[in-house]
Amino acid sequence: MRLDLGAIAKAGTSKANQTGGWRNFKPIFHQKKCNSCDLCRIYCPEGCVTMIEKKKYTVDYAYCKGCGICAEECSSSDIEMVVEEK
Amino acid sequence: MSTTFIEGSIAVAKTVAVSRPHVISAYPITPQTHIVEHLSELVANGELKSEFVNVESEHSAASVVLGSSATGARTYTATTSQGFLLMIEVLFNIAGMRLPVVMTCVNRAVSAPINIWNDQQDSMTARDSGWIQLYAEDNQEASDMHLQAFKIAENKDIMLPVMVCMDGFVLTHSFDPVELISQEQVDKFLPPFKPEYYLTPKNPLTFGTLVGPDGYMETRYFIEKTMHASLQVISDVAADFHNQFGRFQGGLIDTYKVEDASLVLVAMGSIIGTIKDIVDELRAKGQKVGVLKVRSYRPFPKDEIYKALNHVKEIAVLEKAVSLGYGGILVNEIKSVFYGKPKTPKINGFILGLGGRDITVDTIHQTIKETVKASSEEKFIGLNEALIGGK
Amino acid sequence: MIEIRVHGRGGQGSVTAAELLGFAAHSDGKYAQAFPSFGSERMGAPVQAFVRISDKPIRIRSQVYKPNYVIVQDPTLLEVSNVLDGLQENGLLLINSKKKATELGINTKARVKTIPAMEIALKVIGRPIMNTTLLGAFAAATGEISLEGIRKAIQHKFPGSVGEKNIAAVLKAFDFIKKESV
Repeated sequence: MRLDLGAIAKAGTSKANQTGGWRNFKPIFHQKKCNSCDLCRIYCPEGCVTMIEKKKYTVDYAYCKGCGICAEECSSSDIEMVVEEK
Repeated sequence: MSTTFIEGSIAVAKTVAVSRPHVISAYPITPQTHIVEHLSELVANGELKSEFVNVESEHSAASVVLGSSATGARTYTATTSQGFLLMIEVLFNIAGMRLPVVMTCVNRAVSAPINIWNDQQDSMTARDSGWIQLYAEDNQEASDMHLQAFKIAENKDIMLPVMVCMDGFVLTHSFDPVELISQEQVDKFLPPFKPEYYLTPKNPLTFGTLVGPDGYMETRYFIEKTMHASLQVISDVAADFHNQFGRFQGGLIDTYKVEDASLVLVAMGSIIGTIKDIVDELRAKGQKVGVLKVRSYRPFPKDEIYKALNHVKEIAVLEKAVSLGYGGILVNEIKSVFYGKPKTPKINGFILGLGGRDITVDTIHQTIKETVKASSEEKFIGLNEALIGGK
Repeated sequence: MIEIRVHGRGGQGSVTAAELLGFAAHSDGKYAQAFPSFGSERMGAPVQAFVRISDKPIRIRSQVYKPNYVIVQDPTLLEVSNVLDGLQENGLLLINSKKKATELGINTKARVKTIPAMEIALKVIGRPIMNTTLLGAFAAATGEISLEGIRKAIQHKFPGSVGEKNIAAVLKAFDFIKKESV
């Protein structure tokens, strides 16, 4: 970063910064009642939820902060937040 | 020297046009209007290859020029008064991101009460924003200053925005002989703008990124340091300009008959011309009077002012702005020049010409009389006694 | 240095008259400055414009308070504006009017001249815009600017046939004043 010239920084810092380490709770996608409403993917603030196929989602835990928004928004209560054990 | 009899606004617009700005964005407001109207006309007629971005407010105009400057485009805007105040939030960002935008601040009073006439309260209010501020005495200087402004701003050691301040109506709406600058001359004087960092999809960057307590203070320190470095650059660019065009209106300051003066009037902008006439009149009567023009207000050239005035007995500072609750702004900065020095002259401050009140020869004579007579004091001059109940 | 004040109403081209006067003086090789009374001009409201002409560069930026010459575009202004304000005793008041100067009953030590500029403008230009016509009369009455200077100013500001008609009106007014002086 160039502090002497307007605090110019390289872009793409959200990729470099692996926020998975912040997690206390971890979302578990049970994939049982999933109706592919896609809300978990849309609302994820990190953009780390991906649909693999119909009714099947995956989470990139390197970036998942464990915020729980996916579980809150899930229309079929198919996502469970469990205590992170390290 | 071949001059054109031309309105100040149009002379400025023509100089901006030959400076080859890639992007112009502005919102029209009296008395800045003629400048941007003319530029918009040049673009519409195909005479100027620039992107003229019409916007819905001055905040947007400032935001557009911030963005375009960050892409490495030479960028220009102009505003005044309320429009200027609306821009202020973005002005700090432009300076903080070290973007060399050039702006004309047409000086006008601020509301309320609403008043469209000239004083210098608008730009003075943004003196801490990190913009270099230059004040023009006449339309030749206002025009030439814009070309110099791009060169100062884009200097790789400076990279700070420059504001050219010119008195609304008094200069913008006055027709005077002005020597206009040709495209060929500009191309010799002003190299193309090639910033070290600019926004491009090929090399993604963030300008003005989040900086916490661990680094923010340093960003301010760097701007302050650069402001001081710009003192030399402003002088150098004025000297370069003098070499190429044969005209010199001063770099940081300009003086007129100050060398042997015992009383010197200090001011900024178009009032300087009127004062020069009075200096000559009083000199003819044997009174040793001179005038010092503060051309660069930010950075404030303390050393140059001290060097020019250290032999003087009395100083009268005339200014068209006020820091409400404190008093004159420029006068206190002039006083600070002498702090800790062996000799301090008597320094009087006068606030005058607010909201377009005409500054006449008599007004200026009155400031001189007051300075000679009174011990150091600050006051409004030219108040209408009938309106203030004779107090 | 000489100073001129132009009185008119918004829309009558008083600022243009000042600009043309300054341009003419500039092309005559003199220094000039022209500016309006600053403000929000409205159609029909009384307005003023100012000109300074000098052999030396003009530095002063205040308004004009002691004009050598006053030009009045619209005789109805005599009732609403003090056109004599500050006019120097050896100066000249030039009024657009069909009447003779003595018929107007103006109380001043300065010279007063009238010119039927409206009639000339309607006849020659075909429009009731008398600013350029008054410039012809001003040149004849004062000699401060040349006819050639006015011609250049008008051609610069109004290229083409509009300019030519205005120049014809200028010449007519110039002759009118010259004949009267003989």
